[in-house]
Amino acid sequence: MTASEWRGVPNLVRRHRQSLWLRRLFKALTWLGVVLLAILLYRIARQGAGWVDWDFLTSFPSRFPVRAGIKSALAGTIWLIGLTALISIPVGVAAAVYLEEFSRPGRLKTFIEINIANLAGVPSIVYGILGLAIFVRGIALGRSVLAGALTMSLLILPVIIIAAREAIKAVPQSLRQGAMALGATRWQTVRHHVLPGALPGILTGVILALSRAIGETAPLIMIGALSYVAFVPEGPMDGFTALPIQIFNWTSRPQQEFHGLAAGGIIVLLVVLLLMNAAAVAIRHRFQRRR
Amino acid sequence: MATAPATADLAFAKKRRLGEGGIKAVLFVCALLSIFTTAGIILVLARESWTFFREIPLPDFLFGTRWTPLLVPRSYGVLPLLGGTAMIVIGSALVAVPVGLASAIYLSEYASERVRGIVKPILEILAGVPTVVYGYFALTSVTPLLRAVIPATNIFNAASAAVVVGIMILPTVASLCDDALRAVPRSLREAGFALGATRHEVATQVVVPGALSGIIASFILAASRAFGETMAVTLAAGATPKLTLNPLESIQTITAYIVQVSLGDTPAGGVEYKTIFAVGALLFVITLGMNVVANRVLRRYQEVYE
Repeated sequence: MTASEWRGVPNLVRRHRQSLWLRRLFKALTWLGVVLLAILLYRIARQGAGWVDWDFLTSFPSRFPVRAGIKSALAGTIWLIGLTALISIPVGVAAAVYLEEFSRPGRLKTFIEINIANLAGVPSIVYGILGLAIFVRGIALGRSVLAGALTMSLLILPVIIIAAREAIKAVPQSLRQGAMALGATRWQTVRHHVLPGALPGILTGVILALSRAIGETAPLIMIGALSYVAFVPEGPMDGFTALPIQIFNWTSRPQQEFHGLAAGGIIVLLVVLLLMNAAAVAIRHRFQRRR
Repeated sequence: MATAPATADLAFAKKRRLGEGGIKAVLFVCALLSIFTTAGIILVLARESWTFFREIPLPDFLFGTRWTPLLVPRSYGVLPLLGGTAMIVIGSALVAVPVGLASAIYLSEYASERVRGIVKPILEILAGVPTVVYGYFALTSVTPLLRAVIPATNIFNAASAAVVVGIMILPTVASLCDDALRAVPRSLREAGFALGATRHEVATQVVVPGALSGIIASFILAASRAFGETMAVTLAAGATPKLTLNPLESIQTITAYIVQVSLGDTPAGGVEYKTIFAVGALLFVITLGMNVVANRVLRRYQEVYE
């Protein structure tokens, strides 16, 4: 090589030093996300811990921060999520079973698949508009828990379907072939062999989908969940409030005390989410060990 | 006599097959529900927007620069809302794109399996935190910090909301970019190393270009999430629709406007009420367009290496 050609080769020491610095930069930026999460949790714990006690869980909201609690919000969230689970789980699993076990490849199947993928990306507030127009006004359910649960179900159906399909796909093909060879019909195969095998995966997906529904606020505001509720819903047609709505309401007030209450509500919400996610992880873990 | 049980069996099989058909039909209807949902969204938005646009001409809506539907003199130019939303999308991308891409490169090219197994789930927690919590965090932590640094900052400002939305979409970028980077075949990296490239040269000049379409798709999906984000921007960015380039001012996004109307006592049927469907339709069309493009890009690049 001539001298001029050597000059074109970048300095090896410099390149390695550069490589080392970039590695540090990438590492630092990666941990930045973790640190931000820690700061978020720490701030909320500090601002809200003083407000969470038994009275906080068992009192209705009030104009006076000291007396305010989340009884109606907690009850509303339990009602809402319970009804949402009852509606969305059977429908979502059925759709997944159809797509995985019964449908033939073709244009309709591709269309449904693309449609589900795109629905999963529709902003939640758009589901709120849909719920307002169809459930609240269209079929006149009013601002009830049922209208909220139907809206939430539409919102999380894509998530449930996608998760349930993954779980069904993971069931070995040999199980299906064995059942069919013994004369079982397709549905019998699904009912007695595929679904039991896919159950842990489906449960994990369902829990994660429901934990998304618990934190959703915007669609509930759209369908008109109330922000000041001093009663506990007693049926699916009752009005309701929910934990995230109560948190939103307290956060949007200027007084410092209400921000404390909001942080307290957030702590309860995050603890519920944490428990649900822990359950999902535990189910997955047990299932993996058994295999 | 040998035929009797056989025919009984046949009859049984036939009955069973009938039940089978019924079950299949029920399952099919459940799968179709997703299409009904999409159709429902489109119909609802189209019908109400239609009556809105009969009163307000479309060009006035799309190109008007004043948005005051709740105050006299009423004006229905959507640009201030779009500008506010764009500011949140761009601001959050400034946070999420560098940090998310760097995290993805670190996790896929540098980190050990053990570190990866710890850090990735932690980052994904960020995506599971409800958005109203981010709103609270923006209002009570980020905004005071901003005001301490720049005292002229408004209590409600776009910057604070953009930062928390950026944190919120960070896992979307990191996780999808990580998938894209890991889909690049090992042989390409080894070819790079064999030519004497350093680790970062392989990462930035071989792996990232190889995964570029997946990376871009992740940016689009994340931007679409930021576009439709509601609670954080409602709480932290304010409720004053205005065309501005100053992120320290109070603005209003499309989603925040929809929330503002549905919290108030706007009577159903009036033009004010119909505005939420008109801006909702705009929101739906834009986010759907972004998702369709991103999903298509994702599917195409998956085929390249398979």
